[in-house]
Amino acid sequence: MDWSWLPEYLPRFAEGLWLTLQLLFWSILIGMSLAIPIGLVQVTGPRPLAWLARAFTTVIRGTPLLIQLWLIYYGVGSLFPSIPGIRESFLWPVLRDAFPYAVLAFSLSVAGYEGEIMRGAFRGVPKGELEAARAIGMSPFQVLRRVWLPRALQNTFPTLTGEFILTLKATPLAATITVFEVYGIGSIVRQETYKIYEPLLFVAAIYLCLTGILVLGFRYLENRIPKQSRS
Amino acid sequence: MKLKSILGTVAALALTATAATAEIKIGFAAEAYPPFTAKNAAGEWEGFEVDLKNALCAAMEEECVVVDVAWDGIIPALLAGKIDAIVASMSITAERMETINFSDKYYNTPAVLVAPKSMDIGPDSLAGKIVGVQVSTIHQNYAEKHFDGTEIKTYSTFDEHNQDLTAGRVDAVVGDSIAFADYLASAPDMEVKAELNDEEVFGPGVGVGMRKEDTELAAKFNAAIKQIREDGTYDAIGKKFFDFDIYGG
Amino acid sequence: MENALELLALSPPGWGGNLLRGLWSTFQIALGAYALGLALGLFGAFGKIYGGPVLRGALTVYTTVIRAVPELVLILLLYYLGTDLLNMALTSMGFERMDISGLWAGIYVIGFVQGAYSTEVLRGAFLAVPFGQIEAARAIGMSAFKSHWRIILPAMIPFALPGLANLWLIATKETALLAVVGFSELALETKQAAGATKSYFMFYMAAAVLYLALSLASTGVFALIERHFRRGQPSQS
Repeated sequence: MDWSWLPEYLPRFAEGLWLTLQLLFWSILIGMSLAIPIGLVQVTGPRPLAWLARAFTTVIRGTPLLIQLWLIYYGVGSLFPSIPGIRESFLWPVLRDAFPYAVLAFSLSVAGYEGEIMRGAFRGVPKGELEAARAIGMSPFQVLRRVWLPRALQNTFPTLTGEFILTLKATPLAATITVFEVYGIGSIVRQETYKIYEPLLFVAAIYLCLTGILVLGFRYLENRIPKQSRS
Repeated sequence: MKLKSILGTVAALALTATAATAEIKIGFAAEAYPPFTAKNAAGEWEGFEVDLKNALCAAMEEECVVVDVAWDGIIPALLAGKIDAIVASMSITAERMETINFSDKYYNTPAVLVAPKSMDIGPDSLAGKIVGVQVSTIHQNYAEKHFDGTEIKTYSTFDEHNQDLTAGRVDAVVGDSIAFADYLASAPDMEVKAELNDEEVFGPGVGVGMRKEDTELAAKFNAAIKQIREDGTYDAIGKKFFDFDIYGG
Repeated sequence: MENALELLALSPPGWGGNLLRGLWSTFQIALGAYALGLALGLFGAFGKIYGGPVLRGALTVYTTVIRAVPELVLILLLYYLGTDLLNMALTSMGFERMDISGLWAGIYVIGFVQGAYSTEVLRGAFLAVPFGQIEAARAIGMSAFKSHWRIILPAMIPFALPGLANLWLIATKETALLAVVGFSELALETKQAAGATKSYFMFYMAAAVLYLALSLASTGVFALIERHFRRGQPSQS
């Protein structure tokens, strides 16, 4: 196997890795911020909002992420010419770069899948605990912040971390909309050197390491969270 | 029991694969490139290169079958034996010649820079701008060689960078003048800013890509190209699509 | 709006026919890959449960690597590696090289990936079968094979169904990744149609609708299957 190309491309792989990590970080942050209300509203109501949340998670989970990505980048992009003055607006630097679209698509995906998980998580918190919190005089918001949400997150933490790893595995799709993260750089190497296996194996190895680090990190966090005792 | 099921699976796999007979597998880029190759609404390939391929195969008296391969994986696919020849508007360049062999050219058209009419830019005034090119092409090589201080965005298909030009995400694109015809017809606010020349980067023209060891196949293709040029088939096909001689100088 | 209907028409010059053909390809690839994945999963699950340390080690490597590396990278690797290995084996045995057509390559590649996930689902389902049932089967003298075929496998099904239903949905959506490699299925057909007509937004929406229809129909079918297999069991929430 020929690895002579590696030293030349290593800096670009570092850049790609940084992009991957940024994608992962922002998608999880924004996605979870959306997932929590989406899951919560399906348990508490009101009905119309709950129905909307349900429709959202169904659509996100029922369509491939690649199609969602293309729809958001190329589909929305194709609407730009019909909006006059858009290039002069202050939003233009954000609208013209591909990275925000990737973050948007991945965030919506995280919101959809994790919203479904949060729904089950909120349901799974024993009602007795919530009632007790109300009984000692906490406002509904305080109950949410101090009891319901932490409990829900505790219970589903292993599942959530599994899903975050799946989000990492979805990041290569960003390369199809010109965001050159690790896999994208690997593609560039493949095209410029015509090598078939070496770049792919290198990229696979990078992901193996990344996943390993994330799994270890999450397991460490898991051990620090007190588990819900079986009552 | 497990060994039997493994053997059974292999046998099933063998049945599903088609044995590599004497037919030539022609690789088309999966993404359409009108007017050279395009998929019509019935799902069939049509275009200048499609008719040319048919004429060449008839002249060689060989059976040809078309295999779609993504453009950015088409040379690896050739090297791995998935296809035997690339007929995908691939230009003959010294860089590619290090890895694969080419037939004689079968057409040559200039590359151009395209940008919105409202923008007053040319090949010399691209500093600080964003230029879109298709990945793994002579157009990318030209842009990287000549456009200093310009951000070069690579796209996996010709169509995608045109899309982003319309959307305004890139300021200009570089590509083949003929391939742009379709796009320019539908985008009245875009125009050709300049024709680009660099013999070294662009090479003599477009040829059929083959593996280096397939010298016999190369000879066959060259003979076929010569034949259809001489007996008028080439001109007849060219007239269907273009009102000038696409063979080039 | 009439323009949209024209473009989506089922016969040329409308592209609707192409999209539906792509959907059919997607369905076929997903079905084949799912079946292959189940077969590999059964082998893997029982291998992990009953196998010796070498087999279990190899299977752990298989499931770990597949679940840690992105599908896109795996698809590319498996496609080239698989056909190269097959051809090496064939040429060393004296046969001619073979080329695997796009449909079957897609099935093989996605099926291989599904196998790793199926292994875990089926293994979990096996471990969930109450041991008492297995003991009882042995006690009345059933051979290992009979006790598996008559008791354990049927008991595994209700536990495996939610995971298997999820895997089917994953398979149908994963076929879209084949578009990046150039295999013809719904995502690639959509990209080509959108590119040819410049109606990107509409075609990607149409594709989303088609995938969603497939997902909803599949979910309905699995709900029926689950109801059938869960009959007689205490109801679960």
